[in-house]
Amino acid sequence: MHMADALLAPAVAATMYAASAATVGVSVKTLKKDETAAKLPTMAVASALVFAGQMINYTIPGTGSSGHLCGGMMLSALLGPQAGFLSMVVILTIQCLFFADGGLLALGANCWNMAFYGCFVGYYLLWKPLMRSRLFAGMGTKAAGRIRIVLASVLGCVLTLQLGAFSVVLETSLSGVTELPFGAFAGIMQPIHLAIGLVEGLITSAVLLFVYETRPALLMDVNTGDTVTNRCSLKTTLIILTVVVAVVGGGLSLLASSNPDGLEWSLFGNAEAGYSENMGLDEENYGVSGGAAEVAGSLQDKTAFLPDYAFAGSDSAAGTTVSGLVGSAIVAGAAVLVCMAGGFFRKKKADAKM
Amino acid sequence: MDKLSKARSELREMDALAAGNSPVHRLHPLCKLLVTVAYIATVVSFPKYRFSALAVMVLYPVLMFQAAGIPVGLCFYRLRFVLPLVCAVGLANPFLDRTVVLRLGALTVTGGVASMVTLMMKGVFSLMASFLLIAATPMDSLCAALRKLRVPGVLVTLLLLTYRYIGVMLEQVAVMTEAYKLRAPGQKGIHISAWGSFLGQLLLRSMDRAEELYGSMRLRGFRGEFHYARVPKCRASGVLWTVGCAAAFLLARLVDIPALLGGLLVR
Repeated sequence: MHMADALLAPAVAATMYAASAATVGVSVKTLKKDETAAKLPTMAVASALVFAGQMINYTIPGTGSSGHLCGGMMLSALLGPQAGFLSMVVILTIQCLFFADGGLLALGANCWNMAFYGCFVGYYLLWKPLMRSRLFAGMGTKAAGRIRIVLASVLGCVLTLQLGAFSVVLETSLSGVTELPFGAFAGIMQPIHLAIGLVEGLITSAVLLFVYETRPALLMDVNTGDTVTNRCSLKTTLIILTVVVAVVGGGLSLLASSNPDGLEWSLFGNAEAGYSENMGLDEENYGVSGGAAEVAGSLQDKTAFLPDYAFAGSDSAAGTTVSGLVGSAIVAGAAVLVCMAGGFFRKKKADAKM
Repeated sequence: MDKLSKARSELREMDALAAGNSPVHRLHPLCKLLVTVAYIATVVSFPKYRFSALAVMVLYPVLMFQAAGIPVGLCFYRLRFVLPLVCAVGLANPFLDRTVVLRLGALTVTGGVASMVTLMMKGVFSLMASFLLIAATPMDSLCAALRKLRVPGVLVTLLLLTYRYIGVMLEQVAVMTEAYKLRAPGQKGIHISAWGSFLGQLLLRSMDRAEELYGSMRLRGFRGEFHYARVPKCRASGVLWTVGCAAAFLLARLVDIPALLGGLLVR
């Protein structure tokens, strides 16, 4: 779901940066200072673990595809929503800087889409209420805890991924970058991320269940009072899960997740479907042409000192002209020359060192 | 696992690149960060058909790569897996937008093609600039720059700690997956029976280690924030460079320089 820089208009990117920065500020304020210092190493280790853990492929039985861990839900279950959010922000920053996963300008939007929903919405709406509820209490403390964890993880991942995917569609459409109409774009993104959310939720719940079995004190809001051993095996859990899947998934096939990343897939895959609906698109509503573009346009009218430089019959309404193309070629040539010169000097320096 | 070892070696190589010494490396990290953000914002703000005006923006990363002594090819090699995804973003455009925006005799360029090319250029240029920033700036000086920008100390310290810890984690996970693979030949990933215990074991062990880590940090006088030993002073040249770059970007954005250049030749 990592968005690239080219997908966002600067105004949208700046808005999302402001929103994410405000959330960071509130989170830092909420966490008490002494507490934070003590928690820092744990947060760092947990986020490094999630980073590494997201690279593990988990095979989904019955299909040829594989799923990954859902970072936001897991971190907020282990560290709480504020610390979890900060950890997610750090993970996204490192992914952006070192692995080019998501752009630098789009970092604010990515933090919002993936960290905010995953940590805050998932935690306050699902994890905390479910963990503190008396739901399934009749089944014994331990078993009820297991079911609640699975329920919270799966529902949380599905919900937060849906919100995240919808935000991606919204931000891209507001930026006016793709030609895909809003409805068609959302129509592809949401179902894909429903499937991804279900799988990620299952994997996340498996890890959290393991922690619950071995050291429940590590999990937020989990009652660790008495330890009544009422074994609820993975099988029982899976049966309950199937019910959850039926409720949430609406019979959606898991096969859809064999596409590695929903965002890329939706942009790739739907050229034909979007095409038929989009022929009568009116040009004015698209493009990031704000005030700056108009200023540029009027400036260009003034600087157009070579009025008839294009070939006969050429249409330069959109601003791309023959001279523009020639000029680009000159720039490209200059760039290549600079590279060659740089390479030459580097070689010379290396030879001199020998 | 291939993905894990790749990530590990990439991190190591980037660290080695950032430790170099060149005019670009010596620039103040805050200046570099600001200019990179300004560059990407300018590139992204170009209108969707104006790929020829956008072309002039290639000069900044190319010149900076040379000044930093990093071959441009290295950037493309390192980003070879991400670049196709970035370029794929606009692939649907030629099918959706068929208005003719330029005619060169018999050859017509449609709006879709123009916007696709623009989008690809935007993606590639932004990636180049980000790569340059991180290849010429060590992580700790970048964190010091973030601190100067008033980013909360908790977040910056967390960033630095996590960055240091990712190498350790990747190594551990790589060893574990390798061991798992040897015991489960012909299997693509982690079987459902081990979904929880696989990462869970590592999580528990790491949490314990974090406690010890915090203990040893406390004993060495850690009170919630790191102190940065070598932060270069921001000299006048750095400020001048930042302002100059920003002005150049603005000029390139407002004036179609390639068109003016081409206008000299095509009449």
